[in-house]
Amino acid sequence: MATSALQGAPMPTTDDRTTSDGDLRLVGITKRFGRFTAVDDLDLTVPQGSFFALLGPSGCGKTTTLRMVAGLEQPTQGQVLLGDRDVTGTKPYQRPVNTVFQSYALFPHLDVFENVAFGLRRRRKKEVKADVDAVLELVQLEHLAKSKPGLLSGGQQQRVALARAIVNRPSVLLLDEPLGALDLKLRRQMQVELKRIQTEVGLTFVHVTHDQEEAMTMADTIAVMNGGRIEQMGSPTELYERPCTTFAANFLGQSNLIQATVTGTAGDDLLIDVHGQRVTLPRQRSTVTDGRLWLGVRPEKLRVAGPDDAGNRLTGIVTDASFIGVATYYLVRMPWGQELTVVQQNDGTPPLPPGEPLTVTWLPDHGFGLDATQDEHAGAEAIDPDAPAPAGAAR
Amino acid sequence: MTALAVHPVPGAEDGPPDDADEARAVGRKRSTPYLLLLPAGVWLIIFFAVPLVFLLSQSLQTGSLTTGYALTWNFAIYPEAIAQYSEQLIRSLVYAASATVLALLIAYPLAYTIAFRAGRWRNLLLVLVIAPFLTSFLIRTLAWQNILATDGPVTGALQALGVTDLLRGIGLIDGNKLLGTPLAVVTGLTYNFLPFMTLPLYASLERIDPRLHEAAGDLYSTPWTGFRKVTLPLSMPGVVAGTLLTFIPAAGDYINSQLLGSPSTTMIGQVVSGQFLRVLDYPTAAALSVVLMLTILALVTVYVRRSGTEELL
Ligand SMILES: Nc1ncnc2c1ncn2[C@@H]1O[C@H](COP(=O)(O)OP(=O)(O)OP(=O)(O)O)[C@@H](O)[C@H]1O
Ligand SMILES: [Mg+2]
Repeated sequence: MATSALQGAPMPTTDDRTTSDGDLRLVGITKRFGRFTAVDDLDLTVPQGSFFALLGPSGCGKTTTLRMVAGLEQPTQGQVLLGDRDVTGTKPYQRPVNTVFQSYALFPHLDVFENVAFGLRRRRKKEVKADVDAVLELVQLEHLAKSKPGLLSGGQQQRVALARAIVNRPSVLLLDEPLGALDLKLRRQMQVELKRIQTEVGLTFVHVTHDQEEAMTMADTIAVMNGGRIEQMGSPTELYERPCTTFAANFLGQSNLIQATVTGTAGDDLLIDVHGQRVTLPRQRSTVTDGRLWLGVRPEKLRVAGPDDAGNRLTGIVTDASFIGVATYYLVRMPWGQELTVVQQNDGTPPLPPGEPLTVTWLPDHGFGLDATQDEHAGAEAIDPDAPAPAGAAR
Repeated sequence: MTALAVHPVPGAEDGPPDDADEARAVGRKRSTPYLLLLPAGVWLIIFFAVPLVFLLSQSLQTGSLTTGYALTWNFAIYPEAIAQYSEQLIRSLVYAASATVLALLIAYPLAYTIAFRAGRWRNLLLVLVIAPFLTSFLIRTLAWQNILATDGPVTGALQALGVTDLLRGIGLIDGNKLLGTPLAVVTGLTYNFLPFMTLPLYASLERIDPRLHEAAGDLYSTPWTGFRKVTLPLSMPGVVAGTLLTFIPAAGDYINSQLLGSPSTTMIGQVVSGQFLRVLDYPTAAALSVVLMLTILALVTVYVRRSGTEELL
């Protein structure tokens, strides 16, 4: 009911929208606070109707980016475009963009209904009641329409904030860590709900978070941000399977990064020397094609080698083995001193005790090569401690 | 005036305690709220209830200072006093109301600026708001005699602006003179009670989360609409507190009219003080005080009721 009422309404907002091309584009956008650069020459395109996640550690400029889209902050340089329309320099109230604030920022003197109706009333919309009722039904808060926000629970306030924004059917909905204040269970529940609402109403969502699992489960596209720049952008699988920087490799999940050197090529593969041992890596899975590189492999892609396993092999000594039922997490010390993390699915073979030699193997297609000049630990310590490890990542 | 809510005492409805120790403990628990109320209660009795009773009784006495007063329940004094001094009473309320409105118009932008725009100057500005309190009320009002003096800075400015004729036309000033006019008295009242308006306004504005302004802007409000729909309603408690703190003392004030006014601007406070201190007609003075008090109480009650509902606008 609620959904069809919402979908039945014409797509509103800008009158001058001529094309269906409602992409949000940031072009060379830079924001400086004094001498500090919070957002550094950032380019970004968010396709209309997509669920886009901005993921990055605290202070990397996510909120600043969002505020520039909303018009609450003016960029020092660059442009914000909505479809064909350049909205740089316009005021927040002139933009068909709404924000769900991290702190909700609900109006304490208005009840839930009036909070949700606020934007519609400012634009002198007719049928405020029908629209608000439909949205309240969508977020399942009809019964609280007459309550003041101060009396609601965190999850309910969050839904009011969401309803207050989506009722305006903006071209772009900005969500600044809207789930940050919720406990884990409620957060998971709201993630499902948010995703459902986004699919149902078909708005463009730009969702800021520093919870990697949240980004992976919800978004069509993730942009990993670091130090005011975008490190890498792509679908969750692309980002996870083929990170392009050490920061992305460590921030999204966990990676074993091994120092290695390209010694030659064989067909489409690079021949790589890892401290005296020969492995291969498809050429298109590496950002570097000669000289030194970081060879990366996800812990769950490393397996304990059987006697006749093909693929790349490295041998070390088990230093730690923790059996957690579904899998065994190994730390394996390599001859050059590095410890690799291996997640071995429980296939029935008993775990190896520490001190045993262990040969790990992985398919060449599972490796990736990164620029050797990057810091191998970049992004590794920035992981949100409250966020549970994503599936397959070892702790 | 002061609401003292007595909450139900915990444990009061429990059954009888089984031993003496527990009985004492329960007794202590029961008496705790009353003990805590005691200082405030004693204070109110000594400094509010007793003088009030004294005032009421004095208003109903007859006699003179030399022969002594006796309580004769002379209620007739009330209609007499009201009839004789209704002009001054009404004038006081009008002056106080004008000063309150003026103070609100000046204090709101001031408090708003201090709360949202002052940055690191905030504390300094707040100190400046209360700095006049460092000198005496009397001295400050006397200073206004110089400011408003004929051929002083203000009359000069009014003349330069060409509004003297207008003000004279509506009877606010007298010839070329500002001193002795209603305008001078209202100016003095406005000035003297401005901090009482500014501080509660500041306190209520300062509590408003600035992110609410951003949220209003994000939801299609121009800055002015955002102010009307969010800031103003949220600052209503400050507006109510500030107007009460200004209006009530201004209505009873007797210094401003005495120093800046003339016989034609006499306020009720002056009459009361004259009756007590010069004419020595204590019953009339007491009756006028009671009348003033009840009038203000009635006005304030209506006002608070009204603003209580308007807050939801
Ligand atoms: N108004 C401002 N003045 C000065 N510096 C600012 C201002 N706003 C943000 N910054 C700085 O810009 C950087 C980026 O801030 P931003 O709020 O965008 O981070 P974020 O990625 O949202 O972080 P978080 O995950 O903690 O919310 C921070 O270092 C912050 O200190
Ligand atoms: Mg932020």
